Amino acid sequence: MRKIVLIALVLISGLLFTARLFYLQVYDASSDSLAQNSAIKVMYDYPQRGYMFDRNNKLLVSNQPSYDVMVIPKDVKPLDTLEFCGLLKITKEEFKEILHKARVYSPRLPSVVLPQLNKADYASLSEKMHKYEGFYIQRRSLREYQVDHSANVMGYIAEVNNAIIEKNSYYQMGELIGTAGVEKEYEDVLRGIKGVKYIQKDRFNRDIGPYKEGVFDTLPERGNDIQLTIDATLQKYGQELMVHKRGGIVAIEPSTGEILALITAPSYDPSLLVGRERSKNFTKLWYDTLAKPLYDRVLMGEYPPGSPFKTLIALIGLHENVVTTEDAFSCYGGYRYGNRILGCHHHPSPLSMIGGIANSCNAYFCNVYKRVIDKYPTPQEGIDAWRNDLMSFGLGDFLGYDLPSGKKGNIPTSKYYNKIHKFPEHKWSSLATISNAIGQGEVLLTPMQMANFTAAIANRGYYYTPHIIKNIIGPDTIPKKFTEKHYTAVEEKDFYPVVEGMHQVYQRGTAASIQIPGIEMCGKTGTAENFTKIGGKRVQLTDHSIFVAFAPMDNPKIAIAVFVENGYWGSRWAGRIAGLMVEKYLKGEITRTDMEKYVLEGSLEAEYAKPYSGQPFSINR
Amino acid sequence: MAASKSYVRFDWLMIFIFIALVAMGWVNIYSASLSDSAKGFFDFDQIYGKQMIWIGLSVIIIIFVLAIESKFYERFASVIYIVSLISLVGLFVLGKTIAGSTSWYDFGGVSIQPSEFVKATTALALAKYVSDIQTNMKDLKNQLGALIIIALPAVLIILQPDPGSALIYAAFVFPLYREGLHGVYLLLGLFAVMLFVSTLAFGAVWVAVGVVLLTGILFYRNRRKRPSIIKYILIAVGCIAFAFSVSYIFNNVFKQHHRDRFNIVLGKEVDARGIGYNTNQSEIAISNGGWLGKGWTQGTQTKGNFVPEQHTDYIFSTVGEEWGFLGSMIVVLLFVALITRIIYRAEKQKNQFGRVYGYSVAAILFLHFFVNIGMVTGIFPTVGIPLPFFSYGGSALWGFTILLFIFVKLDGANYHYA
Repeated sequence: MRKIVLIALVLISGLLFTARLFYLQVYDASSDSLAQNSAIKVMYDYPQRGYMFDRNNKLLVSNQPSYDVMVIPKDVKPLDTLEFCGLLKITKEEFKEILHKARVYSPRLPSVVLPQLNKADYASLSEKMHKYEGFYIQRRSLREYQVDHSANVMGYIAEVNNAIIEKNSYYQMGELIGTAGVEKEYEDVLRGIKGVKYIQKDRFNRDIGPYKEGVFDTLPERGNDIQLTIDATLQKYGQELMVHKRGGIVAIEPSTGEILALITAPSYDPSLLVGRERSKNFTKLWYDTLAKPLYDRVLMGEYPPGSPFKTLIALIGLHENVVTTEDAFSCYGGYRYGNRILGCHHHPSPLSMIGGIANSCNAYFCNVYKRVIDKYPTPQEGIDAWRNDLMSFGLGDFLGYDLPSGKKGNIPTSKYYNKIHKFPEHKWSSLATISNAIGQGEVLLTPMQMANFTAAIANRGYYYTPHIIKNIIGPDTIPKKFTEKHYTAVEEKDFYPVVEGMHQVYQRGTAASIQIPGIEMCGKTGTAENFTKIGGKRVQLTDHSIFVAFAPMDNPKIAIAVFVENGYWGSRWAGRIAGLMVEKYLKGEITRTDMEKYVLEGSLEAEYAKPYSGQPFSINR
Repeated sequence: MAASKSYVRFDWLMIFIFIALVAMGWVNIYSASLSDSAKGFFDFDQIYGKQMIWIGLSVIIIIFVLAIESKFYERFASVIYIVSLISLVGLFVLGKTIAGSTSWYDFGGVSIQPSEFVKATTALALAKYVSDIQTNMKDLKNQLGALIIIALPAVLIILQPDPGSALIYAAFVFPLYREGLHGVYLLLGLFAVMLFVSTLAFGAVWVAVGVVLLTGILFYRNRRKRPSIIKYILIAVGCIAFAFSVSYIFNNVFKQHHRDRFNIVLGKEVDARGIGYNTNQSEIAISNGGWLGKGWTQGTQTKGNFVPEQHTDYIFSTVGEEWGFLGSMIVVLLFVALITRIIYRAEKQKNQFGRVYGYSVAAILFLHFFVNIGMVTGIFPTVGIPLPFFSYGGSALWGFTILLFIFVKLDGANYHYA
């Protein structure tokens, strides 16, 4: 016993230390990563963000250097405050306040004194900077917009927030990330890869050279440039046409699905969200809750499609074999069912399909719609079959385009009607859903979806997923899903009478007033009733003005949907705007200057102000 | 052991491990003290350069120690011991104060810390006393005699004050136990440490309350055996007196930095940037090592000087960071091997003097090893004592060298005489 106590203790301590060392060095290796090492400072080298070009290689957005005045409070030596404030163009009080905040944040870490100096301010300041110890100028890269339109397409970049940092370890506090539009959707392509430098520090937090002579350091990799499908000229022109109106324009190239124009109104100059005034401007845009300039109406707005939807009813009628092009229906000032009437405007009667489309006869489409639904044993099955046909046009669901915002719209299901009519206690029939026939009622589409079904009609039976990316320059690719054809449920042959009907709309029907010499257009006007709530009361507002079109009739180059909120009737605003856009795109110049003048000078601001005036107002005048 | 034809036969295993530890120590001191102004390995202005000088001088010391006739150590043990005690007393007059402790003599820029040598001289004196034919460790009078030999230098060192170094004198309980001291003293020592720690942790008043309750319960449980109530009261009073004197010494004799060090260990301070900083940084550095370490002079915590006193008491954290689990284990194994080898050879000694001395060497090295690595890895209180042969410092290196090589000499002579 006496001989072994000490040896035993020595061996036990040996085991104890083995266990402790194993725990510290192998098992609990949590502090192993370089980034978490308190002795290593990680410095990032930010690459240039990729540029954006339009379809004709016109530069839309590039980068500009920006200069922030930074301070490390503990390094600040007594200085001539008055002179320095003069250089920074701030008051002494502001300067003291900024310095106090910086010191409270951290005496050792850099804080921003003055963000985003312009080049002129930088030039005058940089010469004298050495006089002020503890202050220095940090170079950053900001966006520089070459155009004042397309803010909704390009989107913007903003500082990452904590939620993003937690999800994605690439980002650090204070870094920028694409937050909307193409900037967000193609963030990974545009941002490039930041370079990393590991700096060895001592315990006083002083740099003592690169860690391991820089073997782990990496160089930044510039982001890829991208070419968008939009046409800057068309985009700019569309935005001008939409001044003082609310709504939007979507133009698609039917043969590819490329988005030629994507305009929401009102919009804003993208340069507003860059530089020292950014947060002030952003706040202003964000809190404009009536005009909502940050809200992309063409992607996010769900509207009753109105009469353009009738073209789809006709197509489905043919597809479901419940109507032939020769079948004619009488219109008695509207469609009568039970003791109710769904009114119509004055036009010849009876009408078959082409006439029905050209004159936008409500009674005609109610009849066709009823036949479609009643083809099936129950209205439930009828609605679901109708819905399936519509969904093959990309309606009722996200389209799958490459922009980060969007809405599904609404193509009601039988379940939906069962619920609102309390089935099975109460039965419902096709007539309960008859408003769907004319694009009112429960049906809601985004302008983007309307442009897409128009493109499908232009193609006589298929569409490509609309997309904004034309080319990622460098790898020279775009995602494969944008080169696949999506066929509609309706066969090609059934499209010809509908296309002819749409041509008649332009030739002699509801859009005859917008005819443009030399362009064979097919279109469909729409006038959609709409309501809003004011003080909890449902109030009807002036109808929306809607127009969808494609041109030329054979070999279509452009399919377009125009939506003008409270624009009264289809050809009044939307029709004219669509006509001008098509002419601008196809001919590059405007011959209908009368029409252009009307649109450019016209304003609907008075109409938009009405519901908020507090006065009684009348609509559709 | 390889057969040797030399006149005396040294234990080459001990010498080999000694060389290995000193060499590895230097390599790590080099890394821990490397600075931009260094001019190569032989820059004697640098800490690692000076350590090289200390190592060179220790070779001369080894030659002297081995050259001296082994009987000399036994015969002159008392004289050497008394001279060394005088050197400790002399500190109160001539000593130089560094970091609050008056533990050094200053010889023209070279500081010598006598307490590092007194371990060896005390071991010699104790061995001489215990091996005396008239000494019996079961006799209370002789127990007291041994206690005085150990306590004299320990008390002088506490008064410097250097409680860390004084703590090491507890190691002598092991050779005494080996020579027949009752096992109860080992347990008593342990109990005293427990009382000591709980007094600091909870305060003397609460310890007193606990002692009264505990003796009460024990007395009640043993009441059938008709225990002597006076014995119980004496023991309780003794414990309480001990607790209060510890409390008094802690609050009135100890310096603030001693108090702080104990407070950290007892978890009274959790401030990572405050006084717990050393241990915290040391643990971070060791964790950084992983399996194989960052490589020599590549440790980030070491390079950034995050661990204070890294070349002295915290040198093992450099091993942990730069040589990883593998390197740390080699060091731990070398120490375990050296100490067990010394114990093994001590048991083989033909005379009691050699055995007691050998046990003393083993126990002192063990306590240093245990307290130091325990501290650096964060499982033991922060007590500022060096890692033998490894830590920077001339006095410590020479002290340990003399301690070990006197035993190598005694052991070798025994081979010869056997």
